[in-house]
Amino acid sequence: MSFLAKPKVAHPGLPRNELGLTVRDYEGGMSTLCAGCGHDSITAALIQAAFELSIPPHRMAKVSGIGCSSKTPAYFASASHGFNSVHGRMPSVATGANAANGELVYIGLSGDGDTLSIGLGQFCHAIRRNLNMLYLLENNGVYGLTKGQFSASADIGSKARKGDVNQQPPIDPCLLALSIGCTFVARSFSGDKAHLVPLLKAGIRHRGFALVDVISPCVTFNDHEGSTKSYQFTRQHAQAVTYADYVPPATEIRSDQAAGTVQAVTLHDGSRVLLHKVGADYDATDRTGAFDYVSRHQARGEIVTGLLFIDEAKPDMHQVQSLPDQPLNSVPYDKLNPGQKALDAIQARFR
Amino acid sequence: MSKQPRDNDFTIKIANVNGTGSASANTLLMKAFFRMGIPVAGKNYFPSNIQGLPTWYEIRASRDGYICRSGRVDVLVAMNAETYRKDLHDVAPGGYLIYDSTWPRAKQLARDDITILGVPLARLCNERFTRARERVLMKNIAYVGVLAALLDLDLAVVRALLQDSFAAKPQLLESNQAAFDLGYHYARENFSCPLPFRATAMNATGGHIMIDGNSTAALGALFAGATVVGWYPITPSTSVIDTFKRHAERLRKDPDTGRTNVAIIQAEDELAAIGMVLGASWNGARAFTSTSGPGISLMSEFLGYGYFTEIPAVLVNVQRCGPSTGMPTRTQQADIMACAYASHGDTRHVLLFPANPEEAFYLTAQAFDLAERLQTPVIVLTDLDIGMNDWMCRDLQWDPAYQPDRGKVMSREQLEKIEKFHRYLDVDQDGIPWRSLPGVHAKGAYFTRGSGHNMYGAYTEDAKEYQAVVDRLRRKWETARQYVPTPVVEQSDRHRVGIISVGSCDGAVREARARLAEAGVGANYLRVKAFPFSRQVQDFLDAHDRIYVVEQNRDAQLRSLLLLETRVDPEKLVAVLHYDGLPIVAASIVDGINQDMARGQAA
Repeated sequence: MSFLAKPKVAHPGLPRNELGLTVRDYEGGMSTLCAGCGHDSITAALIQAAFELSIPPHRMAKVSGIGCSSKTPAYFASASHGFNSVHGRMPSVATGANAANGELVYIGLSGDGDTLSIGLGQFCHAIRRNLNMLYLLENNGVYGLTKGQFSASADIGSKARKGDVNQQPPIDPCLLALSIGCTFVARSFSGDKAHLVPLLKAGIRHRGFALVDVISPCVTFNDHEGSTKSYQFTRQHAQAVTYADYVPPATEIRSDQAAGTVQAVTLHDGSRVLLHKVGADYDATDRTGAFDYVSRHQARGEIVTGLLFIDEAKPDMHQVQSLPDQPLNSVPYDKLNPGQKALDAIQARFR
Repeated sequence: MSKQPRDNDFTIKIANVNGTGSASANTLLMKAFFRMGIPVAGKNYFPSNIQGLPTWYEIRASRDGYICRSGRVDVLVAMNAETYRKDLHDVAPGGYLIYDSTWPRAKQLARDDITILGVPLARLCNERFTRARERVLMKNIAYVGVLAALLDLDLAVVRALLQDSFAAKPQLLESNQAAFDLGYHYARENFSCPLPFRATAMNATGGHIMIDGNSTAALGALFAGATVVGWYPITPSTSVIDTFKRHAERLRKDPDTGRTNVAIIQAEDELAAIGMVLGASWNGARAFTSTSGPGISLMSEFLGYGYFTEIPAVLVNVQRCGPSTGMPTRTQQADIMACAYASHGDTRHVLLFPANPEEAFYLTAQAFDLAERLQTPVIVLTDLDIGMNDWMCRDLQWDPAYQPDRGKVMSREQLEKIEKFHRYLDVDQDGIPWRSLPGVHAKGAYFTRGSGHNMYGAYTEDAKEYQAVVDRLRRKWETARQYVPTPVVEQSDRHRVGIISVGSCDGAVREARARLAEAGVGANYLRVKAFPFSRQVQDFLDAHDRIYVVEQNRDAQLRSLLLLETRVDPEKLVAVLHYDGLPIVAASIVDGINQDMARGQAA
């Protein structure tokens, strides 16, 4: 694999966002993943989401762990800093970076191995801190870079390419996240960009930890008959409980849907998520209800997609820590130095 | 220390049970010497336990100013029946043992070469105090009273210390003073006071404080401007962060907003702690963590990442004893090699070695400058002895002109002007590239990756491109040699024998040199303060025929590092080792050197 720069020729007719940038300004290096990889579709959705939200590219920070998914920060937003860390440890890097400067938009990219096996601890604790970031889990049920071992998200009975059948129960990232206080839990499918883009936008604008678990088939090692993470299986078994619309601040909401089937959630910056619900009784602000719904459908072999849960009121890490508005990385030293007088006062107690 | 105890030259050891509140009594006693102007050292030998196991506190008064462990006991206060037999054995011939005579003492627990003094501490306190906890606590203050009488401590000093401690709680002041008086008067009435050796006022502690190295390391980080801490509790480093937090919450509070200019994040483990530090440093904050050996093991993968991707980080490693869990409340210097080359692949780290809490303050602060200047993790290696014991140090001074050295960081203006920024390009030919911070300018964007990258920061698996980067990292290491603190050298041309040592061995080495000098053996001394070794280390090695390398671990790790990293003849380097978990004593150094010299003469 080598580093390939993507030719940067923008058609003059390309739409521009509020910053005057085109979608090309949010692109990155050429993907080196396998042709047809679900991850590339997710990257495309991310590019679209960042473009539509008019985020200045250099105000984003991309963080990842190790694995196919964790390579993807190289494939979008060349004008953003990226941090491809060590296996399973992206959440801690994101935590430190966020503590140093909470003003940037943090986009974490991880996979099911990186998140649910080696990085399970860090994943859970970042959720507990309600770290303000978008955490994208590109979930294919398999270790791709090491050629096809089951991951912890593989379903019981799912068959590997070479014929082995997984016997261990999966860890469902959404149920796990719901159980430990995650404030934004969504699931989507890399094959459904229209479904995914609004979720990513809402996740970015959510203040707190936004988990978007995206079923992202591995075309090389896990897209065959008998796999429960293939394109075909996911298409047949995915069942959307909500379709999200992201509505920027100060935009009028027009809904022609029947009352009770649209749930609007206002985010802290004034933007809103409109949830078009398939079942009128689904409430995306009810944690236990969401857990129950996803579990029941999972038992029937169905993959529930959509924004499953959102809680915009819970304080994020910065609020819990009562951190100053000015990023810590730019507080002038004069404000940090207690000075000799303070040192003398401290030392007086040591005589 | 002379062979026999003298005025202001003796060691008191107090044997107790942990969880009985003896710490404040022991501190009171130690500070009484200090305020009388007598050089003193306090060493705490405590169990890895909260309540019920044996604990000892040792106070050495040294009119000559030796602050290491003396290795002998002149007065022992035996408050723990369980360790009585061992404690009795530890008293030097001619010494004194004080025990609680409320209960009968077994006849066989006796020695005829020491003086045994019984004080009914429990009975005295039970008669005076009513609450159960108070009765337990006050026994400790009562033995301080006994010692005050026997050693002729200045009562006004004790009174002032009690007043300082209980300024806000007058009732406690009264009861503590009463308990002190119980012991004091009992001793005066029943024993011949003072003992043949006692405390007499001196003037040798002015301009000094009694402080532990975890407190000073925390202050070093605070004054250097650290704003992000990722940490995980581990003995014996925990109080670094406890102290940092306590001071930061007060001194970093913005009077306008009420917010605190610091983020202290207790991580889920050490892997996360160092990840947070790297994330924050990458983002331009001064960040650090504090840990001990097992934590370094867990942080090793990220340390290699930090080295290869060139991210500053500061770690304070308060070393403890042993492989594995070992003895977490005992001291050692056994992480030298683990830290020097922590992580897989071609990795090496800048290390700083304070010798005492005073140096822990300055070197921890300097670690931030070095980490940012060199864009690499810097590990400050203290140990439990430095970190958790009370040392007499010169007053700490903070240079009012100090400004952090943030190293080569591209400003917004610089990025605006530059045509193209390359993260790993050695533009200044010193091995240190320029870095950019996230969020500053689109032209500064680059991809930080632990995978192979070329000098422009792009992914590579190209042989030449990869090697160019690791070779440049090695050049940066040579540059580091010029930035790190130089060793402390005490040298005279007359001597062909040298001692090289490190960190908390310093006090014992100084005492050993004095004793050797009395016996007509002269030895020059070099104490390394940093890795990579400066030129002076090679010069010292070249200038001596025989060099004793004194350190506190079994495998002679400093000696190994010297063999690996200098051009010294291995035959010249003799290991003098102390590694039982207790702080090193001068006698072990004197004995080690004498034995080697005797072997040399025999040959």
